[in-house]
Amino acid sequence: MNEDKVTEEDVSHVAELANLDLSEEERTRMVRDLNSILGYIERLNELNTDKVQPMAQVSDRYGVDESKQGSERFAYAAREDVREGLRSSLPHEEALRNAPDADGTFFRVPKVIEK
Amino acid sequence: MNLNTLTIDTVRSALAEGTATATSLALSFFDAIQKQDGEIGAFLTLSKERALIRAAEIDGLVKDGKPLPPLAGVPVAIKDVMVTRGVRTTAGSRILDNFVPPYDSTAVARLEQAGAVALGKLNCDEFAMGSSNENSAYHPVRNPRDTSRVPGGSSGGAAAAVAAGMAVATLGSDTGGSIRQPASFCGVVGMMPTYGRVSRYGLIAFASSLDHIGPLTHSVKDAALVLRTIAGRDPMDSTSADVPVPDYVVELEKPIKGLRVGVAKEYFGEGLDPEVRGSVEAAIDRLRDLGCEIVKVSLPHTEYAIPTYYIVATAEASANLARFDGVRYGYRSKKTRSLSEMYQRTRDEAFGTEVKRRIMLGTYALSAGYYDAYYLKAQKVRALLTRDFDEAFRKVDVIATPTSPTAAFRLGEKVNDPLAMYLADIYTVTADLAGIPGISVPCGQTKENLPIGLQILGKHFDEATVLRLAHAYETGVRE
Repeated sequence: MNEDKVTEEDVSHVAELANLDLSEEERTRMVRDLNSILGYIERLNELNTDKVQPMAQVSDRYGVDESKQGSERFAYAAREDVREGLRSSLPHEEALRNAPDADGTFFRVPKVIEK
Repeated sequence: MNLNTLTIDTVRSALAEGTATATSLALSFFDAIQKQDGEIGAFLTLSKERALIRAAEIDGLVKDGKPLPPLAGVPVAIKDVMVTRGVRTTAGSRILDNFVPPYDSTAVARLEQAGAVALGKLNCDEFAMGSSNENSAYHPVRNPRDTSRVPGGSSGGAAAAVAAGMAVATLGSDTGGSIRQPASFCGVVGMMPTYGRVSRYGLIAFASSLDHIGPLTHSVKDAALVLRTIAGRDPMDSTSADVPVPDYVVELEKPIKGLRVGVAKEYFGEGLDPEVRGSVEAAIDRLRDLGCEIVKVSLPHTEYAIPTYYIVATAEASANLARFDGVRYGYRSKKTRSLSEMYQRTRDEAFGTEVKRRIMLGTYALSAGYYDAYYLKAQKVRALLTRDFDEAFRKVDVIATPTSPTAAFRLGEKVNDPLAMYLADIYTVTADLAGIPGISVPCGQTKENLPIGLQILGKHFDEATVLRLAHAYETGVRE
């Protein structure tokens, strides 16, 4: 039998990183599901990719200027830096309208510093 | 007027001849939705007021004898992952249950500018994560062809609405097959354009490097008409491509004789239902009869597409979904004493099981110590998968495959086995990873009358050839 890659402890750690407060039942199920999916993903290791350049974006293929370095390479995605941007900012009231809690000026959240 | 088969051209001539008005059409569609959607479940929100205002504007143009825009009065509906100003947008999730966006997505704005009348927002898997529409936080969608079966996903509502005659055309999104697979299951046309062809501005992000917006319609010509409207560079999306958009509708009429159609054995292997295989092989024979040259090609890394996809997509999703934290919009857990507790409870209470599973998988793949083994590895295999297509497209103009290994499965059949569900996308995900365009066009049905889809994949930015071949097949079959 294969040893499970993901333990209960891993799940708790990753849940914390992802800001998820999983129930006991969810954690148990997550251990099972992640191990099953990762077991399947394992087959990627059959491929030797030592000399392959990673591909993060399709748009790299049609936009990037390979002859340039750094941010110059991605000049296709740049736009002029204008004060109002491409559209004016949302009016304050509209930006706050969907907030679960707001005081008219700011979003309101529970205490950040715990006792 | 039969709403089930109404095309954009028919709407156009009905308005021009005065046999219908945009308002009467919109009302007929709202009636059809009222009558049928209790059973199908394709819509989450109707935008009746907005639709009737838009329809009245079109009727005003007709009355004054003014020229009509290309989609004048065409009743459309939008997958609920595209934001609509003033109309609730949920992404199929409880976490956005009460979200009313302050702006329109570019694709929706362009459709409306072209005269389309948006009837409402369509059900989908939560955050477009699913292959059966059973992950909607609201209710599943049922396949209009057989209501014991799923419509496919994640754009299940978008496919079912067209199939049931509750919209002439819809907009869906495709990250791993989410337009083409439901189109195939419901017996309609579904087109995923090249990555960057249609602006993603206002599309609620699932996996940004894989997300595509595209049309679902009754006919290939309608898909061409809608795509022509929504395609093209948008400064609001830096990944939208500055590549000229051909007139897809004019291109449809060019001859297909001599086009080279690739067939890859990797798409006809184990797991392919014999009836689906039979229909797709017959469709390929038909293309040969129509004058195409059938050429064997090899896409040797195909079997690695699903594992690659589930790393890339979930890694990007875990980052994209970090914004749902109960602060600026959406649901917030009650009775929490600290900020961190508020974040955690909010997300735990309002995200569904599959969304949490993918956030967890993606976070794991990006976490310290695993990045190289999973995320970087997947990006490298993604390059290999893309290279497969590059090589194949040196020899052929398009590649023909089944859209899905099976016809529509039953509700509940795969809900407890995430891996089995993921494999429903086995023939569609690779195109998303490579960013190439693809269409699903109906090519027959099983003995149980379930639709089967033929998938045609093309070169980057060559939607015109994909549409042209699909159109020739569709009209060739009809003759």
